[in-house]
Order: sequence, then structure tokens, then C-alpha cells
Amino acid sequence: MTDTPLLQARDLHVRFNAVRAVDGVSLDVQPGETLAIVGESGCGKTTLGRALAMLQKPSIGSISFAGTELTGLSARRLRAARRQLQMVFQDPYASLDPRQRVGDIVGEPLLIAGMAKAARQKKVAELLDMVGLGADMAMRFPREFSGGQRQRIGIARALAIEPKLIICDEPLSALDVSIQAQIVNLLIDLQRRFRLTYVFISHDLAVVRQMASRVAVMYLGRIVELAETEALFQAPRHPYTVALLSAVPTLAGTEGLVKEEILLTGDPPSPARVPLGCRFHTRCWLRKKLDDPSQCLASEPKAEGQGRHFAACHFADKVASVMRAPSLLRKSQGAA
Amino acid sequence: MSAEIRALPGRPLLAVEDLRVVIPSRRGEIKAVDGVSFGVQPGEVVGIVGESGSGKSMMALSILGLIPKPGRVAQGRIALNGRDLVGLSEREMRQVRGNDIGMIFQDPSASLNPVLRIGRQVGETIEAHHRVTAAQSWRRSVEMLNGVRIPDPEARAQDYPHQYSGGMRQRVMIAMGMANAPKLLIADEPTTALDVTVQAQIMDLLGRMNRETGTAILLISHNIALVSRFCARVLVMYAGRIVETGATEDVFAEPSHPYTKALLTAVPRIDKRVEEGLATIAGRPPDLAQLPEGCAFAPRCQVPIGICATKRPPAFAIGPERFARCWLNGEAPENHQ
Amino acid sequence: MTALDVATSDRIGVVHGLKRLWAFVRRNPALAVSLAFLLAVFLFALLSPFLPHDAYRQNVLARNAGPSLKNWLGTDELGRDVLARLAVGARVSLTVAVASTVIAVAIGVLVGTIAAYAGGFIDNVIMRFVDSMYAFPDTLFAILFAALVKGQLGGEASGLLAPLAEAYRLSGGLLGVLLTLGLTGWVTTSRLVRAQVLSLKHAEYVLACRLAGASDSFIIRKHLLPNTMPVILIAVTFVVPNAILLEAGLSFLGVGVDPPTPSWGTMIATGAQSLQSYPHLLVAPTLAIGLTLLALNVVGDALRDLLDPAVSASRGAAT
Repeated sequence: MTDTPLLQARDLHVRFNAVRAVDGVSLDVQPGETLAIVGESGCGKTTLGRALAMLQKPSIGSISFAGTELTGLSARRLRAARRQLQMVFQDPYASLDPRQRVGDIVGEPLLIAGMAKAARQKKVAELLDMVGLGADMAMRFPREFSGGQRQRIGIARALAIEPKLIICDEPLSALDVSIQAQIVNLLIDLQRRFRLTYVFISHDLAVVRQMASRVAVMYLGRIVELAETEALFQAPRHPYTVALLSAVPTLAGTEGLVKEEILLTGDPPSPARVPLGCRFHTRCWLRKKLDDPSQCLASEPKAEGQGRHFAACHFADKVASVMRAPSLLRKSQGAA
Repeated sequence: MSAEIRALPGRPLLAVEDLRVVIPSRRGEIKAVDGVSFGVQPGEVVGIVGESGSGKSMMALSILGLIPKPGRVAQGRIALNGRDLVGLSEREMRQVRGNDIGMIFQDPSASLNPVLRIGRQVGETIEAHHRVTAAQSWRRSVEMLNGVRIPDPEARAQDYPHQYSGGMRQRVMIAMGMANAPKLLIADEPTTALDVTVQAQIMDLLGRMNRETGTAILLISHNIALVSRFCARVLVMYAGRIVETGATEDVFAEPSHPYTKALLTAVPRIDKRVEEGLATIAGRPPDLAQLPEGCAFAPRCQVPIGICATKRPPAFAIGPERFARCWLNGEAPENHQ
Repeated sequence: MTALDVATSDRIGVVHGLKRLWAFVRRNPALAVSLAFLLAVFLFALLSPFLPHDAYRQNVLARNAGPSLKNWLGTDELGRDVLARLAVGARVSLTVAVASTVIAVAIGVLVGTIAAYAGGFIDNVIMRFVDSMYAFPDTLFAILFAALVKGQLGGEASGLLAPLAEAYRLSGGLLGVLLTLGLTGWVTTSRLVRAQVLSLKHAEYVLACRLAGASDSFIIRKHLLPNTMPVILIAVTFVVPNAILLEAGLSFLGVGVDPPTPSWGTMIATGAQSLQSYPHLLVAPTLAIGLTLLALNVVGDALRDLLDPAVSASRGAAT
């Protein structure tokens, strides 16, 4: 694919004193795709999301959106350049101002953009309808709505000024299972309708498999693997990805993705004390199986790969052997 | 005795019969638990699955007599080895908690005292129920920490909670819950706040505890896959009622109740992408203060029949130890309550 | 979500909200009594010109008279009616309370918001200044400040200070007290406001607003300040009684209002001097200020309970 990326990050670092929340991330987001960023707590994915939106100033590195460089712009210029980049947040209870009516919340971006009141009201009604809430909900306050409905309001607000890219920061984590499905379907539907591009941050791999076209796996501030979704789930090339896939329980009666159970030992290291060499080596199961793992302590692997599948592991080729073959998987799916 | 209890072989360790828990509120009486009956055998691992508002946490709290005021048990029996816990005084319940029944909650940070050392806190659980010297209590604490695989337990027992990670704190909670070798451990969403790799570790630990000590586990979770992997039997709850119960394999491979079926199709799966999109359950969870007449799930059900809106379905037996509260299971006379 | 939100939740109507508040008041008799008392004091102050006696009229022949049918609370050392003086004193107290609170809270909000929103170096500088203000015992500081103001504006003043001095004279020394309390009473408010703004600054809805292209002033105006109102109200419940007490103290010490302007403080001063011989002079102003402060504290407590998010119906109780 040779489209110009809609969002591009180069060598992004975000540091809070000693903590290296984002420790050298480069990525491209192509128009129309859904790029998922997955990882566990402390991996830096939320900070990365905020940095990509320039809500958090990067310590080092550059971000450009729709061809315009965002880092280094003055506040006014940034506001203008970033207009078509919006965000949906994790906590449906904290993402809406409790003192504003829903119609005002959804219409605020339009107000800031200078739209007149009548036109605003009309557009707000459209937006509320679009996300499955009635237009007559505009006069209510957020506290009258459930978590799932508030998330819809947040989505309506993000859509108000017709963005091209929406960063979704764990939008489903606070919702019940059956509501999650509704929001997932809504997001997919809106993407189709408005040709949106998503950056989807999540810790839930099952949802990611459902929604994403490409997946980036983060560990301790770095992307350790980046691949198209099916390639990642069927033939991963980083041991941490395998550990994640092994850890997620599958419904009894279906077979797990990984042949053997991989339990990581110990706790993740603190982002203030990133291990030398490969940052994953302290918990890596593959290292224990290798004859000569000296490289793992010696140097940080670069994310290299074949085609569009990158993995930061010195022994990336050995990883997929623990995966259950996809063809075998499909057989058991037939029964389930 | 309810059909569900009658169907169990032998005498169950825990028998809950027709439990009703209500919470008075401005909007009316909230029926948090609305006629629940089930049993747990000694050494068994039973799962309770449901979304928020299903009553699963409230049920766990009621077994331990920890229902927050102004809620109360309106009716029913909770029998531990035949002894009814419902009428017990607070003092008597205190002897049961942490001793006969252990409990671990979702957020370990909220359950640990930040100013006491870990070893001390585990020790307190022991001292509450046994006459031991300080030295004995500390020794047992360290043993327990070792049992939950805390590395270097002698030293780590001296640490404070803030020096532990989330996963380690949950291990401490398990150590405290198991310290007095309870017959039953209630785990209410024990891994929901944890990363998935840590979750795997904790579930592995719980499984080991169950196998080594024979402690029965009641696992409460909204994560269907987790429950299906870990529990031998499952109860599916909705609006304060058990809608389906049976062996986990059976229930999830061939769900009988429309809610169970809908839940299974709404959940995204890690092993494949659902091309047609996730199925959704129409409508919203019910208002527990204003439950409809008849089956609580009827307003959202895809396949309701006439009687669903007017009469609550009883528990129909659809197999050995397998029940579903759905009128679609027919009206065999001997199975009516 | 606070109890106030719950009280006004299901329907947004103002009337419905007021009905709920009224129910709240009725459940709390101490609150009801205190509110009634404060209302009475307010009316008392308002109606002071209509009282039968003049607070300034001296009648040397009837000095220090005890309570009688003619002078319900007696007369003071210059024969002035105590009741009338009490009423004008009430006016002084209330005016001082309201006006100085407005000034103090306004300054406090300004300082707190700037410090919290700007962060970094500016926040540091401002807060160190606030810390040093805190280091002084506030009563002592107020006394020194009041004495300074009196000195500058009380006598002959020239240049810039002249119009201020004129205003001071016209107000009977009230301006001095106002300035003192206003310029020294903002410190607590600034800290409270700063804490609240700091936590709100990172709220997700603020981030959303920034992404929508809002300027800083828009965010402060439309989101931060409205959500800081509960905290500001709480600050007010502390500042008002403190202002009344401080004014009385300053007047008692002679650095508050100028005679012949009556103030509960000056009345207590003269009453204290003649305690042995004419105890009735001390009783009235002491009771007045004591009861008023008590009532204010009860109302303040109730208001703080109403606004405290911890004291409210919990959403999402575990089920």
C-alpha cells in the first residue's frame, strides 16, 4: 500500500522524569484502516494515544497528521491542524461534563468551530440519531444515562466536526459484555458510513481480532510486534504476543490458540527501569528454550520483518512453532 | 426443598434455597436477588456468570452476611454443611468468615490496610480464629505466602502493600482467604482488575489450591470464557434470578436459555473473527425496582411465547443437574415448582 | 454525583429541585432554626432605620440605663439606645460579611485558577506566596493590615489615596475593614480552588474539549469554573463567619470601624469595660454575635454535606 499515511509517528518518546512511558515508537496509520494498539497495564498505550492526539507533549519525536507536522506548532496552529483528529475515551462517567446537557456536550465542538445555534441544534439531532439515541435526549444530563449510552454520546461528540481519524482509548472496558457488542457494531458501522480511520487502544484481544485490520503489540513503551490481524493471531513472531494469546481463555470446547500453556513468571518491570538488551528477556519463555540466548541480553532487537509483519525479537522465526496450526483450529471451530 | 437442591447427589457443602435479597430505595424495593436456589459440593468449582445488575455479587455478599445496609435477606436459606447462616448473629458470622468460608474481592488494594505489613495482615486472619502466639502466626503467614508463590516470602512478608504489584496483592488476598483452610472460597471477580497474563497466573493458582486442599470455589465473573475453562458447573444469572445451570461444558456447548445463547453470540472470540458481526441483545438491562411480570428476560428475548409475559418460569429439568428457567422447555408436570 | 445532584436529578425543573431542598431542610430542625434566625437578623438589619430610636442620638441624661419599656435593651454610656445600635451593628456585620467575602473569594478564585491551570513555574511562585501568607497568624495579620489602612486613609491623605480616604470617611471606617478582610481572606479559597482545578484539568471531558479546538479561556469559563462552584460555595461557608468574627475583633481592638459607627465589636469593647457596673451592655452584642456565628456554622455544615459527593446515593452499588 502506498497511500500517504493519515497519521505518522516517528521515534516518539514520552518521558515523565525517570518513567519512559513511550520509549521509541514509530508507526503509520493508513486511511480507512483500524490499527489496534494492545498491551497490558504500564505498556504505555494510553500515553501513546494521548501523544498521538498531541494532548500529551512528546519529549522527543514527531507526529504528522494529514501531511502536516503537529509537533512544534503553536497552540493556535495546532488547534487548526488537528481538527479532524478526535478521540473517544475510556470512562463514560468521566468523559462527559456532568453539568452540561447532552445536546450542549455533543454540540460543543460545533460551537467552538463557530456554527450558529440553529444549525448546531439540527446537526446535534442528526448525530444523536446516528448513534442510536433519540434526538429528544438532547435536553437531558449525563447522569440520566447508562454507561453504554454515555459512550454513545461520547462517540456522537467525536463525530461532530466530521473527523477523519478517531483514537478510541479503551472505549469498551467499562461496559457490560452485551453492551460492548452494541458499541463495537456501532463503531464498525460508522466507520463504513463515514470512511473513518481508527486507532483502537485496548487490552482485550478478542475485541481486537473482531475490529482491527492491523495490530501493534506494546511492551514497556515499545511496539514489539506489528502485523495484520490474522497474521498476528495465527503466526505471531514475538514471544510476548504468544504469551498474551495463551493467557486469554477460550470458551471450553474450543481449542486454545497456543499448543502449550505459557505462563509468564514474575511481574512486568517498571517503566522506570527498563531491562537492558531486549526489554522482554527477563520474562521470556523462548529464551529458556534456546541454546544460545546471549543476544537477548546483549542488544535490543530492532523491529524487523517480512513484508508488513514486524517483530522485535532476535529469534522471531522460532516463535510461531508453539501455535496450534490454523487448519487444525478451523476443524475445532467447525464443531463449536 | 427446591428442585435444584434435590437433584444434587449427596449432601452439598453449600445449599442456597429460594434466597431473596431486597434493597429498599426511593424508587421502590430493589430485588437484587429474586429467588435463587443452588448447591455447591465439597471440593467443587462452581461459576456464577452474569452482567452488572444480575445479582451475582449481592449473592456472594449475602452468603457471608455482608449485605450493605439498608439491604437485607428477605427470605430463604443459606446452609453451610446443613447449618443455616441467615439467622446467625454478627458474632457467629464472624466465626464463619475467614474460617469456614473465605472470600476474595475484585480490588485487592481496597482490602489491604496500607499501613500494616503484609505478614501482619495475613497473621490477623489467622489470629482471629485460632489461639496462636505471634511467632506461630508469623510462621504460618510466611507459609501461606509461600503457598501462593510469592517469591522470597520471608523478606516479602515485611513489605507494605504499596510495594506489591496488583497480581501479588491478589495472591496475598488468596493467602488470607485460604489461611484457615476454609471449606469454601468465594472469589468475586478476582481477576477483572488484572492484566490478562497475571489473570492466567492467578487462575492457575486458584486451580492448584482447589486440587491440593479440596476447598470448593465459587467463582463469580462476567467473563464467560474464563468460567468455562475453570469451573465444572455454572449458574447463569439475570435480573437477580438463575436462568440456567448445569455442567459448564453442556451449558456453553448447547445453551438452553435464550439469554445464555444471546450472551455467547455477543461475546467476541479470540479464536476467530465473526464475519457477520457480533450479535447484540436488544434493549437494556431491567430496572430491578420495577421488574416485569413473568420472565425477566422476556422484553429482550427473541423467541418469547405468550406465557412468558405473564408467569415466571419455574426451573425446568432438562438433564441430570441441568436446569433452565424458560417456558420453551415445556411443561412436564413433575418438574414444576 | 453529589446529594445536590441527586436532589435535583430525575427532573431538571427548578421547582422540583427547590421542593427537594425544602424536604431536606425540614428533616433537619437545627438547620431550619438557623436559617430562620439568620433571616431574622437580616430583617432586623434591614429594618434598622424604622426602629423607634436613633442609634446615634445621644442622651447623656439617660446613660447606662438598664432594659426598660422605653429602651428594650437599655442605653449605653452615651445614652444611645442599645437595640438601635445592635440593629445598625447587624447591618455593619452583614455588609462586611457579604462584601468582603465577595472580594476575598474573587481574588481566591483568580489566584487558584491561574496557579492550577498554568502549572509549572507560575504555580510554584504563586503557591510559595500563598504559603508565606499562611505563615502569618491571620488574625494578627488582619490587625496589622487594618492598622495600616487606618493610618493611611484615616487622617490626611494626598494624591492617589485622597479619593479612597474620602470614601473611607464616608463609610465610617467600613471601607477599611472591607479592604482588610478582602485582601487577607482569599488564601484558603485559593488553595481549595487550585486543588479542584488541578484535578479537573486532566478530566477526560476537558481533554475532549481541547481536541475540539477550545482555547484555554473557553475551557476555564465553560468547564472548569462551573465545576468548581461547589468548592467555591464551600469556601464561602468558611469565609463568611470568619469575616464577621474578624470584623468584630478588629472593631473591638479599635482598628475596625470608626466611632460613632456601631459595630457588635465596639459594643462588646465598651460592654467589657463596664462589666462590673452595667452588665447589660455586654450581654446583647455578645449573644448577637454568638448566635449568628452558630447559625452560620450550622448552615455551612449543612451546605457542605449537601455538596459533598461522598454523602450521596451511590451509583452502581454492586449487584
